[in-house]
Amino acid sequence: MIEVSHLSKTFGAFRALNDVSLRIPDGKLVALLGPSGSGKTTLLRILAGLDHADSGHVHLNGLNAANLQTRDRRVGFVFQHYALFRHMSVAENVAFGLKVRKGANKLTKAEIADRVARLLDLVHLSGLAPRYPSQLSGGQRQRVALARALAVEPRLLLLDEPFGALDAQVRKDLRRWLRQLHDDMGLTSVFVTHDQEEALELADEVVVMSKGRIEQIGSPADIYDNPASPFVFQFLGNANRLDATIRDGIAHVAHWRTAATGLADGKGIAFIRPHEIDIDPHGRDATIRHHVVLGPTVRLDLRLDGDVHAEAVIDRDSHARLRLEPGQQVGLTARRIVVFAQD
Amino acid sequence: MAASKPKVIPGFSVTLGVTLAYLSLVVLIPLAALIAKAAGMSATQWLATLGDSRVLASFRLSFGGAAIAASVNGVFGLLVAWVLVRYRFPGRKIIDALIDLPFALPTAVAGIALTALYAPNGWIGHLLPFKVAFTPLGAIIAMIFIGLPFVVRTIEPVLQDVDRELEEAATSLGASRSQTFVRVILPAIAPALLTGISLAFARAVGEYGSIIFIAGNLPGFSEIAPLLIVTKLEQYDYVGATAIACLMLAASFALLLAINLLQKWNRQRRGAAS
Repeated sequence: MIEVSHLSKTFGAFRALNDVSLRIPDGKLVALLGPSGSGKTTLLRILAGLDHADSGHVHLNGLNAANLQTRDRRVGFVFQHYALFRHMSVAENVAFGLKVRKGANKLTKAEIADRVARLLDLVHLSGLAPRYPSQLSGGQRQRVALARALAVEPRLLLLDEPFGALDAQVRKDLRRWLRQLHDDMGLTSVFVTHDQEEALELADEVVVMSKGRIEQIGSPADIYDNPASPFVFQFLGNANRLDATIRDGIAHVAHWRTAATGLADGKGIAFIRPHEIDIDPHGRDATIRHHVVLGPTVRLDLRLDGDVHAEAVIDRDSHARLRLEPGQQVGLTARRIVVFAQD
Repeated sequence: MAASKPKVIPGFSVTLGVTLAYLSLVVLIPLAALIAKAAGMSATQWLATLGDSRVLASFRLSFGGAAIAASVNGVFGLLVAWVLVRYRFPGRKIIDALIDLPFALPTAVAGIALTALYAPNGWIGHLLPFKVAFTPLGAIIAMIFIGLPFVVRTIEPVLQDVDRELEEAATSLGASRSQTFVRVILPAIAPALLTGISLAFARAVGEYGSIIFIAGNLPGFSEIAPLLIVTKLEQYDYVGATAIACLMLAASFALLLAINLLQKWNRQRRGAAS
């Protein structure tokens, strides 16, 4: 169990973390999701002991981390750019954490070799033990970095943008593999990402951060379905952002009306996901300006009354069946509209 | 068809020609003349020169002293480079500029200044219980002085490039500071350090101006090989001077070649294919 309470950290005039509190239960895979500058990497580095907070506390399994050196925290850290030791072979890299041990925990050469072999097997790199990092692909380097971090048997695995520097296909494979590894090894893992898809796909729990604050914590489904703020809604995928007027608990958004219980009268912001708009070829709510084919889907650029722009995404079959053409007028039904008060 | 293969950088033949011509003119022809002169010597002349205990003593001082000076510079040059790269403090730029002074200062000026400091009645010399100026130790101090910038300037850029994340990775894996330094940082900068040390060594072997003021130049005790060459020339002993020069050339070349081979072997062992 990791408990973070009221952490703050500034770099010069920049507030990287602003009163952040968080609990991470054992065995969970948690994503810290946010744009760059949101403080997610700073939080991760403070958990690892690579940075220190100006105020606030971190407790690792009940122990105040302020009294623990990085090397005593039993934390595995995987860097975005791998940070492999270039002058060491793959096997030597993985063995590093074991070789530097002193005292009672020191392992014999045979024990180290044995564990390195098992770890390389685990990350599917058995044949590459004598190679050097410069001879490996990005995905292979990342797996070496992971094996190296796991060698010291961490209780907590921290990953900083672990797939950021990899191409799309490798990233997808590694994601699935990391999820399985996490489950098999019974680790507690925290990873930083700015990719909402990655966070939603991989994590048990997503912590959305913005400007040094936590915006929302919840399961992927929960934060997607019930975003707590306009920021979270927009960050978790495409959204049409429309002006709304709230009167007597009803929000008026373009030609739609929707319940806005609990919101005060006045201006508001409404969000509609492009794929939650249904098209009716016989209506007259909007004009199709363009359509763009995106693999299995088609994106329609729409102009609503009052020169308001919106996007809708429908599948290719519906698009073909409805025979939609640019310039045509269509009716729009929004399956879900989320309204926030203007801040 | 090699001839029709397009080249990324044109003008290989021209640039190679210019390079070779220039290298010949500036380096190879003078050295060849030296060797041609030495080739005319008989075996007895060689033996007479090289068996001379005064000559041997001067070689010991020139090469031994240079080795000691280069090692001292290796340690302290690394320290200086470390401080300049890793820390920000007032006056850093000034210290950084001071490092280059031994490059720019006329060696005679350096020699006179060092002699004044380390002479038995000098500022530093009168504090020390042993003699520095007019002994081999004085020669070594002058060699250290002129060699320092070579080590600092070769290590600095490499040290700057050593990723901080490497140290953080080592720390997170449980390495202590000294383990991180010895196992992670030192191997990363070792090639540059070795290059810096060999440059400082080569410079110290060839140094003349600053050493002759401070060393005292006692034959067989604190006399360096380059000075012996000059002495022999002044005595119109061209054969003897050429023999010493040739031997210095051979020894320097062998040592630098050995260091280069060591570097190459090191690179291959580390598998730095890219």
